[in-house]
Amino acid sequence: MEVIQFASVTKTFSLHSERMLMRGYLSRLLKRGNSGRFVALKNISFSIPQGQTVGVVGLNGAGKSTLLSLVVGLCPPDEGTVTVNGRVAALLQLGAGFHPDLTGAENVYMNAALLGLSAKKTAQAFDSIVEFSGVGQFIQEPLRTYSSGMYVRLAFAVAVHVEPDILIVDEVLSVGDQAFQQKCTNKILEFKQQGKTLLFVSHSAHAVQDLCERALWLDHGELVMDGDAGEVVSAYEGQGRLSVGKGRP
Amino acid sequence: MWHGDYLFLLRNLILKDFRTRYRNMSLGVFWSLVNPLVMMAVLTFVFTKIFANPMHKFPVFVLCGIVPFTFFSQAWASGTTSIIENAQLIKRVPVPREALPIANVLGSAIHLFIQVGLLLAIALAFRTGINWYWLWLPALWMCELVFVCGCALVCGALNVYVRDMRYVVESACTVLFWVVPIFYDISVVPAKYAEIYQYNPIAALVLALRTILLEAKAPRGPLLIKLFFVSFSMFVLGWAVFRRLRRRFYDYL
Repeated sequence: MEVIQFASVTKTFSLHSERMLMRGYLSRLLKRGNSGRFVALKNISFSIPQGQTVGVVGLNGAGKSTLLSLVVGLCPPDEGTVTVNGRVAALLQLGAGFHPDLTGAENVYMNAALLGLSAKKTAQAFDSIVEFSGVGQFIQEPLRTYSSGMYVRLAFAVAVHVEPDILIVDEVLSVGDQAFQQKCTNKILEFKQQGKTLLFVSHSAHAVQDLCERALWLDHGELVMDGDAGEVVSAYEGQGRLSVGKGRP
Repeated sequence: MWHGDYLFLLRNLILKDFRTRYRNMSLGVFWSLVNPLVMMAVLTFVFTKIFANPMHKFPVFVLCGIVPFTFFSQAWASGTTSIIENAQLIKRVPVPREALPIANVLGSAIHLFIQVGLLLAIALAFRTGINWYWLWLPALWMCELVFVCGCALVCGALNVYVRDMRYVVESACTVLFWVVPIFYDISVVPAKYAEIYQYNPIAALVLALRTILLEAKAPRGPLLIKLFFVSFSMFVLGWAVFRRLRRRFYDYL
């Protein structure tokens, strides 16, 4: 069964979309036309069957984040269709809704509600979340007293208890100490063994090669290559070296 | 796309709003009592000692205007900025967007409940007595909540695209203080304008409250119909506008 399906997906952003005041808005309305749109994804098609582990590689600005936000459902595509079957948990949502003045426990509930857990499920998973995070007695303290490591651990603990069908992992794993990183990696491997779909986004080609069976290579919004992780990664790295080489006088 | 527990989400958003607002204040929720009491005292002083006024029980009279107005202006203003302030959520979680302004308004409603309690206590202190028409009160306040939710949905969504919406709302509230009969009675308003007043749900609510609390009469039917009709229409409009505008929230935040 295909769990993620992109059919000729294009996503553009307006270049002048930030902080528009009334003045700018009115003048745009008068001028008409959508001048200056930035194409973040250009006619992308692929599908991911259940249980596959897929890496996404590409330079900064290649469209990786846009791809993820479409999968998560944060925004609709301009053209084409995105179909996602199953509950998605994305680690880019780590700590969404966390507030420094609330206690760890209160934040766990808020975050769990945002990620789509029910009241009952959250209550059931609560102890396990606290244990996984390893923050101990701090769970009743305001979040602002936490170290950055504790913060991420708590956030990750909630995210893995959402029981997703599709897990999206991005760079967040580079935080926390060795022991916690090991814990995270184990959890991800556990997901993989349970036959869940994994979408792994990274600048680091090695991590993709280690973890994934298939890889997508994005460049300037286009899907350059889609295939076996090893092949895509070596092509990507070769290209990277080539373009660096070109840059030299 | 979001398969969550809507009520659990709303409850957590409301609690978060409430806790973060009060946790670091020494007086906590007492602030929602202090503010209307001070306003009541000042307006009573000005309109009984400086400008003579024929109204009886003026503190109750003026509080019937202050409580609906302060809730409306405060909830509308904070509902308007609710989407922008939660930009981090919109960018990261596919949470139903309309939950944000609605939770924000409901969070403010906690103060409203406290202030309504204050209003009724003051009314009783002035020996207005309890009458059967008090049973209308929950429905009337419900209308105000529905109306504010509608306003917050429209302005919250517009504020994403046009960031000066906040100032428009603030100015509108200043105007509203004068065009809602807070410190004057509707009877002094010329008849041709008085008719228009009733289409403003806040003014209609103030009038209905006074009829019930001070005159111990049933609020008039046509007034109630306008109050219900305008409030619910506003909500439907707000919902429709919001659903249309939310598609591009992600791009503009």
